[in-house]
Amino acid sequence: MIFDVEHETLPREELEALQLRRLQNVVARVYENVPFYRKKLDELGVKPTHIQKLSDVTLLPFTEKQDLRNHYPFGLFAVSRENIVRLHSSSGTTGKATVVGYTKRDIKNWGQLVARSLAAAGVTTGDFIHNAYGYGLFTGGLGVHYGAEELGATVIPISGGGTRRQAMLLRDFGATVITCTPSYSLHLFEAAKEMGIDIKELPVRIGIFGAEPWTDSMRAEIESKLGITAIDIYGLSEIMGPGVAIECAKVKKGLHIQEDHFLAEIIDSDTGEQLKPGDKGELVITTLTKEGIPLLRYRTRDISRLNTAPCRCGRTTARMERVTGRSDDMLIIRGVNVFPSQIETILLETDGLTPHYQLIVGRINNLDTLEVRVEIDEAVFSDQIKNLQRLESKIEKNIKEFLGVTARCKLVEPKSIERSEGKAKRIIDMRQSQA
Amino acid sequence: MKVDQLSIFLENRAGRLAEVTRILADSGVNIRALSLADTSDFGILRLIVSDFEKAKENLKAGGFTVGRTTVVAVEVTDKPGGLNSILEMLRDAKINVEYMYAFVNQSGANAVIIFRFDRTDQAIELLQKNNIAMVPGETLYKM
Ligand SMILES: [Zn+2]
Repeated sequence: MIFDVEHETLPREELEALQLRRLQNVVARVYENVPFYRKKLDELGVKPTHIQKLSDVTLLPFTEKQDLRNHYPFGLFAVSRENIVRLHSSSGTTGKATVVGYTKRDIKNWGQLVARSLAAAGVTTGDFIHNAYGYGLFTGGLGVHYGAEELGATVIPISGGGTRRQAMLLRDFGATVITCTPSYSLHLFEAAKEMGIDIKELPVRIGIFGAEPWTDSMRAEIESKLGITAIDIYGLSEIMGPGVAIECAKVKKGLHIQEDHFLAEIIDSDTGEQLKPGDKGELVITTLTKEGIPLLRYRTRDISRLNTAPCRCGRTTARMERVTGRSDDMLIIRGVNVFPSQIETILLETDGLTPHYQLIVGRINNLDTLEVRVEIDEAVFSDQIKNLQRLESKIEKNIKEFLGVTARCKLVEPKSIERSEGKAKRIIDMRQSQA
Repeated sequence: MKVDQLSIFLENRAGRLAEVTRILADSGVNIRALSLADTSDFGILRLIVSDFEKAKENLKAGGFTVGRTTVVAVEVTDKPGGLNSILEMLRDAKINVEYMYAFVNQSGANAVIIFRFDRTDQAIELLQKNNIAMVPGETLYKM
């Protein structure tokens, strides 16, 4: 089903005309209300009136995640604080988080876009949605929640964690749709199996998964084990949250971007040049309607490509290829964004440890694991086991506290971390090979 | 009465302990006493050697993290209750023994035990007051 026939099936010409009007509007708004953008645009000699056609978007400056951090917490908001009705935030070390604010209209639009996404995934008003995305500052839980209500389906706000209870309620309530990270769905499957519950035998028929990268082989595994259709949803909190793009259940070839609200481009991450349609590169998004924190040309760091060919499902919106990689070294661990630099900051703040560390990411029982190896040095060394173990726990506690992920810390000998050309190899991600 | 002990961080990987003994052998340093404490991930090797400075320098050059710890070598009479009376004395004075291990060589009729106290100076004072024999570092290194 198409939730918003009018906007999801607009002829490309009309859609692009709408995008241009909205782009002109958002550039004018940020120029007027956000000193950061005014300064940037002035430096480039660009006035809002210079945006005459859609391709003029390349005149605009990029926005990086770091820009949000630099203006923590509210520096990039484009409306006064009394017009903000909700805040969300992505994890970060103290003072390093990114904060986004939503106006009443932003929340309404978001609900609409998630409703569109759920409908595209095959969800109808009669469905029960077991929403196992975390509720809270993370956008996943509440994002899906509002969309489900907008669509008119029944939402079960189970949130994350408590896996045995989740399995029990999934069976007892007879949910037909499950929303969570792809890795959690497999974890839940295993936990349910141990309790004698086979999810395949339950009424659940659709899974909508996002917030972490997953492969096609993982999709096949989820579909066969849980006996469901697994749909990929895309979103990021800086842009809105889940619902920026969604796969249509009918075709499952690329994710439809909600183009009346987001202008997507693909660029070369090294040069910043916009690439030709169909080329593979970094996805860049300009929010066209966001009021709370509109962003111009936000660099998602996700690698994808765009396809504007009409889809058999009837939608005319461009489809982005499933995200297969990232242009930076950000890790997504159990749905949480982790930058190596954040770990480094935590280590330095924990007894002044050296920044010689390595992150080993794996997957055990379908849950991501993070091991932080830290080279010991004389300043923190002790002749007593308990002191070193205390140091390990302190690092683990700080990582949990600041980043929200569970990590295991392991002290290692100096110079034992593999280096290439003098630079320590920071990340070993074993999930791809294990998947 | 203090003795310098080398403390070395070791990962639980095959061959690390042998690497330490190889470096010491190549440096012509003798091991007088040793103890290894470990967890599933790492261990701490504690050594009393014939030449502390030389051992430390060469181990550091070999990439090891090395620390200096002050310990006390105590002579324990070779008869029932010899160790017990010393431990009780320390307990009554509220001095904690972080760890202890036996010295390899015998010093005459008595056993020598290496103690790591939480309060080394107070421990030495207490032992002296009670006429417990201790072996000075200089003697121990040459034993
Ligand atoms: Zn489609």
